[in-house]
Parts: sequence; C-alpha cells; structure tokens
Amino acid sequence: MTTITLTSPGQHDAAARELLDSVVVRFAGDSGDGIQLTGNRFASVTALAGNDLATFPDFPAEIRAPVGTTYGVSAFQINFGARAIKTSGDAPDVLVALNPAALKVELSRLKPGGIVIIDTGTFTERNLNKAGYTTNPLTDGALAGYRTIEVDVSKLTLEAVRPLGVSKHTALRCKNFWTLGLVYWMFGRDRGVTAEWLKKKFADEPQVGQANIAALDAGHAFGETAEINGDLTGYSVGPAALAPGLYRTITGGEALAWGLVVGAHLAGLKLFFASYPITPASPLLHALAKLRPLGVATFQAEDEIAAVCAAIGASYAGSLGVTSSSGPGIALKGEAMGLAVAAELPLVVVNTQRAGPSTGMPTKTEQSDLMQALYGRHGESPVAVLAARAPFDCFDTAIEAVRIATKFMIPVIILSDGYIANAAQPWRIPAVEKMTPFPVRFRTDPENFEPYARDPQTLARPWAVPGTPGLEHRLGGLEKDSLTGAISYDPANHQRMTDTRAAKLDRIAEDIPPQTVEAGPDSGPLAVVGWGSTYGPINRAVTSLIERGYNVAHIHLHHLCPLPRNLGELLRRYDHVLVPEMNKGQLVTLLRANYLVPAEGLNKISGQPFKIGEIEAAVLARLEQTAK
Amino acid sequence: MNVVSPIKPRTAKDYASNQEVRWCPGCGDYAILKAVQKTLADLAADPARTVFVSGIGCSSRFPYYMATYGFHTIHGRAPAIATGVKLANPDLDVWIVTGDGDALSIGGNHLLHLLRRNVDVQLLLFNNEIYGLTKGQYSPTSRPGTRSPSSPGGSLDQPVSPASFALGAGARFVARAIDTQKQLVDVLKAAYDHRGASFVEIFQNCIVYNDEVFASFTEKNVAADAQLHVEHGKPLIFGADRRSGVRLSPGRLELETVRIGEDGITEADILVHDATSRPLATMLAALNMPVALGVLYCNPGEPLDAALQRASEGITEPAAAAELNALLRGGDTWTVAS
Ligand code: SF4
Repeated sequence: MTTITLTSPGQHDAAARELLDSVVVRFAGDSGDGIQLTGNRFASVTALAGNDLATFPDFPAEIRAPVGTTYGVSAFQINFGARAIKTSGDAPDVLVALNPAALKVELSRLKPGGIVIIDTGTFTERNLNKAGYTTNPLTDGALAGYRTIEVDVSKLTLEAVRPLGVSKHTALRCKNFWTLGLVYWMFGRDRGVTAEWLKKKFADEPQVGQANIAALDAGHAFGETAEINGDLTGYSVGPAALAPGLYRTITGGEALAWGLVVGAHLAGLKLFFASYPITPASPLLHALAKLRPLGVATFQAEDEIAAVCAAIGASYAGSLGVTSSSGPGIALKGEAMGLAVAAELPLVVVNTQRAGPSTGMPTKTEQSDLMQALYGRHGESPVAVLAARAPFDCFDTAIEAVRIATKFMIPVIILSDGYIANAAQPWRIPAVEKMTPFPVRFRTDPENFEPYARDPQTLARPWAVPGTPGLEHRLGGLEKDSLTGAISYDPANHQRMTDTRAAKLDRIAEDIPPQTVEAGPDSGPLAVVGWGSTYGPINRAVTSLIERGYNVAHIHLHHLCPLPRNLGELLRRYDHVLVPEMNKGQLVTLLRANYLVPAEGLNKISGQPFKIGEIEAAVLARLEQTAK
Repeated sequence: MNVVSPIKPRTAKDYASNQEVRWCPGCGDYAILKAVQKTLADLAADPARTVFVSGIGCSSRFPYYMATYGFHTIHGRAPAIATGVKLANPDLDVWIVTGDGDALSIGGNHLLHLLRRNVDVQLLLFNNEIYGLTKGQYSPTSRPGTRSPSSPGGSLDQPVSPASFALGAGARFVARAIDTQKQLVDVLKAAYDHRGASFVEIFQNCIVYNDEVFASFTEKNVAADAQLHVEHGKPLIFGADRRSGVRLSPGRLELETVRIGEDGITEADILVHDATSRPLATMLAALNMPVALGVLYCNPGEPLDAALQRASEGITEPAAAAELNALLRGGDTWTVAS
C-alpha cells in the first residue's frame, strides 16, 4: 500500500516541460503484451500524482486470440488532467502501438498531429501480413500527419534485461514495462511505486520482477537521452483541484461490490450474493468472493435462474439477497423477479449491460436494457430501477439500492454497463462510521401478526423470517389476501394488491431527492437529459458549451423508476429536450410517454461510449435549428 | 424474550395449518400430508424452525397446509430457493416438496445441483407420472405409450427414473416409499436424520389423471410379491411367503430374483442390503419387479452449509465499520490536502 500526501503539488522537472491541461494516452498491443496491466500501472501512478483521470479498458472478445492478429488487439485508454476529467477521452493524443496489428486497428483514432510510439522490432513481414498490411506503414506514408517515435522496443528490452539472465521469452514479456518507462518519462512520472509493485507482484520470481524493473528503467533512460538529443519533448500535467480527502482509484465493478457490502452493513444484514458467470458482470462476483472474511456469502449457482432464486431464498431467510448478470441473464431471471415482487421481499439485481440482442457483443457496452429493467417481466410487476453514472457512483448507487429494497420490501434493479464496470476513476473514500445507517427491523412480535399488514407510510409488509417463533406463515407466488397472505382469487383483492404494489413506487418517489440540474440553467432553450454512463460525455460537452456562451443544461437521472416527482415540471421548462443514449431511444420514449414533452433522441449503438464531440455537435445542431 | 416455554408433546394436528386442503378427493397427496405431519410430531420438530419450500404443481400446494414456515415458489425452482434459505440460515430445517414434472422436467437442472452439492434438506418428490395441475399431460416419468391430451396416440419418449437420476447426480441419501403405506413415516424420519440432501421418491396416485398407474405393485393382492422393502444389514427377501429374494446373477453385474428352496438356492445366496453401497443402490433403483422401497442408499458426506461454515470459521459477523474502512483503503491511496 502506498500513501502519498500532496501538499505542494508539482512535478520534479516541470520547468523544462511543456505544460498540458489534460492528455489522452492509449496503450495498444497484442492481448499477450500485458496492455491492461501497463495501463493500470500508469493510471495508478497518475492518480498518485494528483491528476483527475478516467480509464477505459478495451479488451478483445477472444480469450487467447492468435498472436499478432487485429482481433487480438487489446487497448487501454486513459484521460488525465489538471482539470476535472469526465470521460476516458475522445481521441488519444498519444498512441503506444506494440505491434503492427495494434497500429492497424488504433491509428485512425489518434488525433491529427498526435504522437505514436511504435515498437519497430515487431514490424516483420510476417507480422505485417498477419495484421493485414500489404505495405509497411512505417515507410509507405501512412504515418504522415503524426509525430512518430519509432523504437525497436523488443531489441532494447532484450538488451536491458540480458544481465539478469532470464530467458528470451521472459525478457520479451518485459516489453510493456520498457514502454511504460518511456511514457513515465514523457509525463514526468515517478518509477518508484511501480518498482515496488513489481517486487511485490513477482515476490515468488524475484528475477522476473527485476527484469521488469530493468526494462522500466531502460525505457525511462531512453527518454532522458532522447530529450538531451532534442528528439523528444517531455510534458507536464499538473494536479487537479480535487476536493480534499483520501483518494484511491476504483473501477465500477469494485465500487459496486463495496457499495453492496457497506449497504448491507448499514442495513445490519448479512450479504448473500448469488451469481452465474457472464461477461461483463463477473468482476462483481470475483470482487465479492474475496470478501468472505467480512462475512459476505457468495454462491456460484448452476444458472442465472438458480442465482436469482437462491438470492430470493436468502432474503426470505433474512439475509440481503443480491444477484447479478448482464442482459441475457437478466432475461432468464425475469420470472423469479416476479416472485420477489409478489412475495414482497427485498432483492437487489445488478445488470451490467452489454451490447445485444442475444450474445451480441459481450465485451462492448450499451444501455439497451432500460425497458427490460422497467417492463421486462410478466404481469404488473413494478420494481425500483437505479442507474450508476460512473465508476465512483456505483458505490452510492449500491447503497441506495439496498436502502430502498429493505425499506420498501421490493426488488431493486441497478443498471451499470460494461464501460462503467471496467473503467476506473479516482474516488474519495468515505468513512463508513460516518454514513447514515438504515437498520432493518425484522418482525418478532406474534401479537396481531399478519404477513401483509403494511407500514402505512412505506406500504412495506413486515419482514418475518423463518426461525421466529409465533410468526409461522405461508408465502407464495399465488395472489394473496391483502392482509392475511392467504391465497385469494377475489377480484377486488387482486385490484387492491396490484394497486398497492404500484403505489409502493409512489412512496419511493416521495422518499428520493427531487431531480436537480447538473449544469446550466433550470429553464431555457435546451436540456440534455441522460442516464447511466453517458454522464461523462454529456457533462463535458454541456459544460464546455456553457463556457463558450451557449445556453444549454444537463440533467442526469439516477432514479429511473420511480422517476423524481418534479421531473415532468422541470423538463417542461425547456423548449427542447435532447436525450443521448446508447440504445434506439428508450429513455426518450419514457419521457415522452410520461410527460408529453417533445424530447428527441440522440442514439448510438456501436458498442463504444459517446464521444464528447458527438454530443457537442448534436447540441449545436439543435441550438442552431432552434435559432432559425 | 427470555422465557423458555416447556416443550409440549405434539400431535400431527399441531402441524396442520388452518387452510382447507384442496386436492381432489382420493388424491395420494392427502396420505403424504398426514405422514409428514405425523413425522414432525414424532420428531417434536419446532414449527418455527421448519420451512417447507415448493415449486409448482399439485404437490407444491403442500406448504399451505403446514403450520410451519412455507414458501410456494415457481415452477422447478424450489431446490434453488431452498439452497438460498439453507445457506442463509443453516439452523433452519428445510423440506422441499416437488413433483415429477417440477423436479425432473422444468427443474431438472436445479435438482441435479442440489443433490451434488449435498445441501442439507429433505426433498420429497411426489411421483404420479403425470401433470395433474395442468390437466393430465404426460410427464418425464410417464411410461411410453401414455395417452394424454398432449399425447393422444400415446407418448413416445422414454421416462427418467427419479431414484436412478438422484444416484447419478451424487445424492448421498435416496429412498422410496408409497403414499398410503405406513412405512412412509419411517422413510421420512430416516431422511430427516440424514445430514445432507435427502432424496425421497414417493409413488403418489393421481386418482383423476393417472389412477392406478402403480397398481401393478401397490394393489393389496400383489403388494407382497411386488414390493421389496430394503433394510440396511437385512437380506433382500420379499414375497407373501417370504421365500423370494434378490441375488447377484452369477457372472453378471445384475440383480436377479430367485426362490429360496428352489434350484438349490438357500438364504445364504440372498444379498444383504448395504445402504452405503452406491452400486447396489443403483441396481436396486433400476429393479423393475419387485420394486425396491425404503432407504436404498445412505452414505453421509459433508453438506454444503457445513462446508461453508467451516470455511468461514473465525469470521466474526457482521463486519465492523473499521474492517470495512480497511477494505476501502486497501491498495494505493493518496491524500489531497485542503
Ligand atoms: S389432479 Fe391428481 S395429483 Fe392433482 S390433486 Fe387431483 S388427484 Fe391429486
């Protein structure tokens, strides 16, 4: 563990360096090149240097794609800056391409005039062929318009680690750290923390650890020498003005896991998490499985249905039942969620959305399960739905989900997505003892006990768990009498029960904060309304347009069901409402249906997050049209 | 509440809820309900710690009629829900009530995993070889040629044998009983005593849609010759005259029925039941005539909830705020000063 205190921010040789406000770096190489590891190390050191940042890992779909192919390219993008960072960045300023395939796939993303660092040692005819190049991009002019740093990283790495006597195979695997050393030099980063990390990681193979450190140092030294020769410029990105406090970087997956654990703690419940492996939701299972020492029970079920059913069983028995999946798995859980609605048990269901339908693109992100979350069950089956907007936000979202589920005895769906789950951001670490607890009170008193007698305020029925003497009762999926819970086919009773289950959402709406405006005026010509992971690009686009004098606002929804009470009134204060979504227009349909506002969609379904520029362009187009 | 009330002697009636039982008159389910209530009374089971979980089907109405905790869930999923209940609170005594369609068709996967995980529950599978609740379609245990609304020309598929399935799935307790027989109570008690997943197949007569489907071995006039009641350590002898027995066919891995006193067969040739032998249980489950009843297999192993508790030893629950703070602060952190 490294703890650094930034009292006098600054970097060691900032004076000689070109100052930048923010930079986007993209590392790309073969999936065997350790790109994700490299990116994560860079992110960690960048965070320690006090920058704000956002990362975006872009994995290939194949676990072990053939070496050197374009579909085996793995990439990691980081946007860091001295200002608030909202997205992982549109176009990279710096691209690191560790093989021809990476260059082929990634070059078009690079900003015009951007820097590309290329390992020329991999540009053999064979590798060029594998990447689908008919001519060598190093010589055919493909790189015109970019600043290239062509280095035989493979050869230099081999030379640097030779004294350590490791095998050639191992030596070449240190290439990523050589490159990282060079990038560290470019941005004036300290190597010490990474060296310590390598020592710890390779504690069992100290030689390998030393080889990686030697490569890191050699890459760094290369930069220094090149600087002296005037071939390369170093850059400096100052620390961002983050609110005071203790920080760490966190991915959405981790934040969600920890939020669930802390949420259960605040409710005074044991956490029971049941899940079935699915991309991109599995990191949540992995993160929670590690936490048995904290009393977390995880259960890898035989299928998605068993996972949700086991979670329901656990809630019935007095734990906090949580299950998680991605769209296809959530579809399988639908019937059981209906049971949780009927039995009125607390349940948290996490959907880390991915591109669909069917298997779709499991490693790519999308927001296309909103309607599924709201309506994708049989019968009138209301549940609460929350969406996390960014990795750091997953923590609070999970706690809010636990709070609603236990207070109102209702299933709650959390919508995350592949981007949020894997992306990382700095996060101000809260003090758990200072958070407001919301302890659950199980029913224990047999006096006048009726399983469906409700709390007049929340409409929650009592949570009477097996093992409690005198409260023996029967629950089930059949319609129940609105007081005794006995099976009832009475028409008036079914109407009443259906109305009551729906009314719970109204009570939740009274319990959640009213909708606020993220940026811009609370009325005017245009509001951009989003939910989930479009937060970053929308907020950056809108705030920079406001800075440029445009009259536009950003509203971002956290609660999607129930919607905040004041939302309709708020939206009607704008002449136009633009709703960017990574789907074919689900929220926009909802807003139009609920509030009869003339909302318009801006839809992107490419498996990639919105770029800031795309949203800016759409906003400008809308404003221009309005002005006419 | 620190008042410990003295344990009152209980009767079967104490375990009956106030709900009117709504199975068809003459349904085998009534007899099973009585047997379960009697079993719990004999065991003086604590209703507060007893949970009945069921799926969907005629049998799955069962929990409503018990004065214990009960959860009538969804089709096929009772084993998965019961697993969550038991893992969340291992102190509970969990019973699953299911049928042939519920457990072996829509819920086959969950049954497989409940058994191989050895979750400490009693699973009662009411096998009537038909879908009763949906009005009489053939089921996964129906014999080929079963005529039903969905198989007017007779069903074509081969049935699954519940007990063989359970043994194949790795169950460590497999027993069989007949709905109306008094031995059912003994089998249920044995199931209750076994720590781990206890699988009990109960031949249950559906008087409306599949009446007398088990008559070939349950009718009074044939029962003695068609039923083999197995008991651990006792020879596999049956028959009205107690002179029929089961032995291993010479030179073949198969059971055969023989007559004591004929062809030089003596009692010494008859196999002695060893409930801890999976191969023997497997052969007994596959025996067509006589039909093997009683505890075919009982060979306890560590149940999942016990394994989980063992793995969680030394963990104090719930986690204190300090432990959670340490979790959130693990790894690299930095402080932004004001
Ligand atoms: S349909 Fe058959 S199994 Fe169902 S209650 Fe009637 S007799 Fe019993």
